[in-house]
Amino acid sequence: MATQHSRAAARAMLSPSVLLLLAWMIIPLSMTLYFSFLRFNLLMPGMEEWAGFDNYRYFLTDPAFWYAMRNTLVLVGGVLVITIVGGTLLGLLLDQDFFGQGIVRVLVIAPFFVMPTVSALVWKNMFMNPVNGLFAHFAQALGLQPFDFLAQAPLLSIIVIVAWQWLPFATLILLTALQSLDSEQLEAAEMDGASPLSRFIYIVVPHLSRAITVVILIQTIFLLSVFAEILVTTNGGPGYASTNLTYLVYVQSLLQFDVGGGSAGGVVAIILANIVAIFLMRMIGKNLES
Amino acid sequence: MGQITLNKVRKAFGDVEVIPPLDLRIEDGEFVVFVGPSGCGKSTLLRLIAGLEDVSSGAIVIDGKDATDVPPAKRGLAMVFQSYALYPHMSVRKNIAFPLKMAGLSKSEIDKRVDNAARVLNLAAYIERKPGQLSGGQRQRVAIGRAIVREPSAFLFDEPLSNLDAALRVNMRLEISELHNTLATTMVYVTHDQVEAMTMADKIVVLQAGRIEQVGSPLDLYRTPSNKFVAGFIGSPRMNFIEGPEAAKYNAHTIGIRPEHLDVSNTEGAWKGVVGVSEHLGSDTFAHVLDTGLSEGMTVRASGEVALNHGDTVFMTPQPDKIHRFDEQGLRLS
Ligand SMILES: Nc1ncnc2c1ncn2[C@@H]1O[C@H](COP(=O)(O)OP(=O)(O)O)[C@@H](O)[C@H]1O
Ligand SMILES: [Mg+2]
Repeated sequence: MATQHSRAAARAMLSPSVLLLLAWMIIPLSMTLYFSFLRFNLLMPGMEEWAGFDNYRYFLTDPAFWYAMRNTLVLVGGVLVITIVGGTLLGLLLDQDFFGQGIVRVLVIAPFFVMPTVSALVWKNMFMNPVNGLFAHFAQALGLQPFDFLAQAPLLSIIVIVAWQWLPFATLILLTALQSLDSEQLEAAEMDGASPLSRFIYIVVPHLSRAITVVILIQTIFLLSVFAEILVTTNGGPGYASTNLTYLVYVQSLLQFDVGGGSAGGVVAIILANIVAIFLMRMIGKNLES
Repeated sequence: MGQITLNKVRKAFGDVEVIPPLDLRIEDGEFVVFVGPSGCGKSTLLRLIAGLEDVSSGAIVIDGKDATDVPPAKRGLAMVFQSYALYPHMSVRKNIAFPLKMAGLSKSEIDKRVDNAARVLNLAAYIERKPGQLSGGQRQRVAIGRAIVREPSAFLFDEPLSNLDAALRVNMRLEISELHNTLATTMVYVTHDQVEAMTMADKIVVLQAGRIEQVGSPLDLYRTPSNKFVAGFIGSPRMNFIEGPEAAKYNAHTIGIRPEHLDVSNTEGAWKGVVGVSEHLGSDTFAHVLDTGLSEGMTVRASGEVALNHGDTVFMTPQPDKIHRFDEQGLRLS
């Protein structure tokens, strides 16, 4: 796009899709904003009236909100830590030459193709169930009391389920990054007297930093809105122990029929997402510059 | 110290034998160049010495101690890679300091040695930059800097100049030779460029298909190549080879004569031909002479001022004591 002419042409051709995307975003956003200032309860249709900041006040002072806020951040952080550490280790493993490499790689990628609802149900009923689950069988075989994961450690269980789904994604990205590392750099470091651990810390990890940044940014977007896994396993409970913001908005607007409060929660969630995004870009955005 | 001996060193990748058993002795302080066509196993041989590849059989002795199973870092050698292999996320200073940091030296000692290397190699001006912000020649210097701070007993270079442009290559060639004179450390240098080999080496090792064809000083190889391969590889332009009746006159299967050992005349001489393309370099003129009636076209050198035009008829006479004679196997007949 060097000349004035080609730049103008590019703008003209881009504009329809940009306008469409803008409308796509602006209309739901402004409707949510509008609803968040109304007293709007589905049980009382036609009684909508201006409510000012009441919805926000109720939502922010609800004890559930702080639980949800904390759970959201713990969920995102926990899954990120597990997937990045696990993804790096799996990537290192898959980068080696071994028999059946192709099949193992496909197997590692497979969880990413399982729908969230399905995988959460499989985990809930086949692994974590305290009576029939695989883990319960193991515990019994060892003579231990089976552990009721979803009741005793609901948030941790959900973190494990979600991390299992996202591990393949992190592994895939980190594996390709590992494969693009110039082997001469590792050999140079070896000649320079670096132990395998030093080589990993000083050569491999810095090389992976950009890929790790990409994984963090992309996963954060999706992890802030985890919903299906919570709905089919714990329903946000016990109490609010596994309720995140997305789930709280759902509870507010569809279980308590309070669309106004739900919308206010949605707006709060948007603000939270933006704070997280700014924070992340400040912290790791420079890794993306070449 | 930096004396390296290879005893019956052999290397095979799977079923492919890249280096058949090979003996070689590199003396302390020597500048040894491995030269040969691409794919002949020069890099592999260098990597065997470095310890980056395991030998399939045989032994590598460094300074009298068997180093065959010693890991690369413990061999006391430093290597400069063809791609330079600089660490892209570290500044020049950190790159050079890296081997010292790994060796656990104190901060002040590291700084002293890095500053010293920066001074020797003139890289003080860009010591805080990242490798991505440097030109090819500067990266090359940093790679050399990273090698010299370790004060190794020998340097290994793998085609270090092949990514540089021609002018820079000449410069760096001089600088590396100068460095060798200053440090007086053993250097093993791999190249496919015979000009680099001739200009830099104390001792040239000519390789073909993993075998050593000849070992000797540049002038030894130029004057008395032990076979046709070495004769054709060393010297630029290439030696002319003549087979058939003309060679039989000299009791040989093939005779070889270098372009610079042919006297050119417009009037009389042993062989007659027609000038094809001539390359005027100013100092010299190289002319390709066709239709000589000999086994192939000939290249001759004339002094730069001689006008040799396309289509001219010329006569060439070989200097009798400069004729190389070879038998059917291509081996030199004394
Ligand atoms: N890791 C390897 N696996 C299999 N073959 C190799 C490997 N490294 C080098 N070779 C083969 O060994 C031969 C010599 O390679 P190399 O030493 O790189 O040649 P040079 O440096 O002289 O150009 C080549 O034919 C190459 O294909
Ligand atoms: Mg090579």
